[in-house]
Amino acid sequence: MTSRISARFAACAAQDRPALVTFIMAGDPDLTTGQAILDALPGAGADIIELGMPFSDPMADGPGIQLAGQRALKGGQTLRKTLAMVEQFRRKDGTTPIVLMGYYNPIYIFGVETFLAAAKAAGVDGLIIVDLPPEEDDELCIPALAAGIHFIRLTTPTTDDRRLPAVLENTSGFVYYVSMTGITGAAIKSHAAVGEAVKRIKGHTALPVAVGFGIKTAEDAAIIGRDADGVVVGTALCNAIGDSLDNGMATARTIEAAAALVAALAAGVRRARA
Amino acid sequence: MDSSGANSLRTGPDEQGRFGQFGGRFVAETLMPLILELERAYRAAQADPDYQAELDYLGKHYTGRPSPLYFAERLSRELGGAKVYFKREDLNHTGSHKINNCIGQILLARRMGKTRVIAETGAGQHGVAAATVCARFDLPCTVFMGATDVERQRPNVLRMHMLGAEVRPVTAGAGTLKDAMNEALRDWVTNVDTTYYLIGTAAGPHPYPEMVRNFQSVIGNEIRTQMLEAEGRLPDALVACIGGGSNAIGTFHPFLDDREVKIYGAEAGGHGIDVENGHAASMTGGRPGVLHGNRTYLLQDADGQILEGHSISAGLDYPGVGPEHSFLKDTGRVTYVPITDNEAVDAFQVCTRLEGIIPALESAHGLAQVIKLAPTMGKDQTIVLCLSGRGDKDVESVGKYLGMTF
Repeated sequence: MTSRISARFAACAAQDRPALVTFIMAGDPDLTTGQAILDALPGAGADIIELGMPFSDPMADGPGIQLAGQRALKGGQTLRKTLAMVEQFRRKDGTTPIVLMGYYNPIYIFGVETFLAAAKAAGVDGLIIVDLPPEEDDELCIPALAAGIHFIRLTTPTTDDRRLPAVLENTSGFVYYVSMTGITGAAIKSHAAVGEAVKRIKGHTALPVAVGFGIKTAEDAAIIGRDADGVVVGTALCNAIGDSLDNGMATARTIEAAAALVAALAAGVRRARA
Repeated sequence: MDSSGANSLRTGPDEQGRFGQFGGRFVAETLMPLILELERAYRAAQADPDYQAELDYLGKHYTGRPSPLYFAERLSRELGGAKVYFKREDLNHTGSHKINNCIGQILLARRMGKTRVIAETGAGQHGVAAATVCARFDLPCTVFMGATDVERQRPNVLRMHMLGAEVRPVTAGAGTLKDAMNEALRDWVTNVDTTYYLIGTAAGPHPYPEMVRNFQSVIGNEIRTQMLEAEGRLPDALVACIGGGSNAIGTFHPFLDDREVKIYGAEAGGHGIDVENGHAASMTGGRPGVLHGNRTYLLQDADGQILEGHSISAGLDYPGVGPEHSFLKDTGRVTYVPITDNEAVDAFQVCTRLEGIIPALESAHGLAQVIKLAPTMGKDQTIVLCLSGRGDKDVESVGKYLGMTF
């Protein structure tokens, strides 16, 4: 399917640079501020937006994203409100892709078909669901593809060549390579190994490959972005938002703190191949 | 016993790890190859007579199996109905049924060449059993335990330390079993090459629920033999407590196709099933969802966020339950009932005073159901309770609960 996602990767490739994929947690630190941050991301230089759906038990996330999720849930964020955020964003921006990222249970409880219809109507382009491996494709992946929503799969250092084709089979939009065995926000041990892995995956698929986990700075983005079609930054952005708060409440600096980091990262991806 | 027929309830899980709609493999991709490897290793071990022989040897000489089946004469007389038997898993080495599973899994970890073991624990019974087998087989062990549980189960924390395990208190959430399991999964995903995750209950991604059930089924298999010896027939009822439900599934599974045997699972009713977030009875008070690798009954809110739950018993304080129990609930084969904190503490005292046996608070939930059930049955009928663990670890919290001072 031609989509906002493929159009955006193609546009970045035409500029010979990786796409900057930014992750924020929906409703962090509160719904109004979260919406303002979301709306500010494209202007600050984000090419693709991952919007986290907060979950009480984020098993694959480190402290940065865990805390962002806790702030959002404390502020009363729900899946319905997250979809409403996308809908509002789409009134002003028809081209920046939005991918919802999170865990399966809130979607399962919402109802898969109801959720997919609402997500499509709101203008969601894709889904990344951490706890749905290919073995569980019937749950959400196949229905999502049928509904015209990309299902973006995580591949990891433990996904060997034998398994990779199965992982890629129903993947669409792009492939998300997890740079390490670990949780979000940990440190990348070897940039060279990540580059090798990206090349290996690209040997199996024509889809763009974005790399996430452990990319914190413009420098990291520039290095990883040499080989990757996209670089994903999440924890660093959640931490920037967290650090700007006063007693858990948004301050005058909060939106700017997020935008400034995104701008620096955007400069980083632009010198990746310069 | 018909376990191959079309109507058998003992054939699960299927190849996808499902018991009906429950179970499955809802894990991050990083873990998926490892879980498939674990399944292969387990199938190979199952088919290997040497593995089975080692399991049996350690069960007999290290754990002390078979555990006795004890006729609780005074309790039976007091209740005035069915004859009550205790399956004495509390007499196992380390003081609970948890060791049955730990021995099975540690032998598997060694076969897989893993060099480090992690475990989660609630009451600390599984943590102690895991630390024990790690000491015995010389593997470093890290146990994740909610900070709240570290506080209320001090004796077990000390035991784990002395056995050489590292206990990592988890402060996220309410600091109970669910949070410990999240943290264990985070460690596993980080150290996937070296580390074996020794899950303590019959839950988590396939093949854990099946594997743990099989290791614990020694309980039910022994009950069958021992009851035939003692009474010349099968029991009329089986009762066990349910947190994740490993002692219960081990007790129940060998009897699932014996339809004349009534089966009861006692969930943690906490402050009462009507108190929001005040209990841990996931089947009585929850609905199906996906957490920690499997679909099962969960305590959750309308947005699918998981609740913490509450129970006086740290071992039952978990918002989910093993997927096979969810299946058995929906089929109606097993009756699951909530038991409140008060009922469990009362049962704890009754057992202590009448039988001279201090039961674990977890097991006391099962006992409370026996106390309700026995008087409704005839004197010629029998109940077997799985007395899953001993209560030494609980004397302080029960004393505090009752306002005892010395």
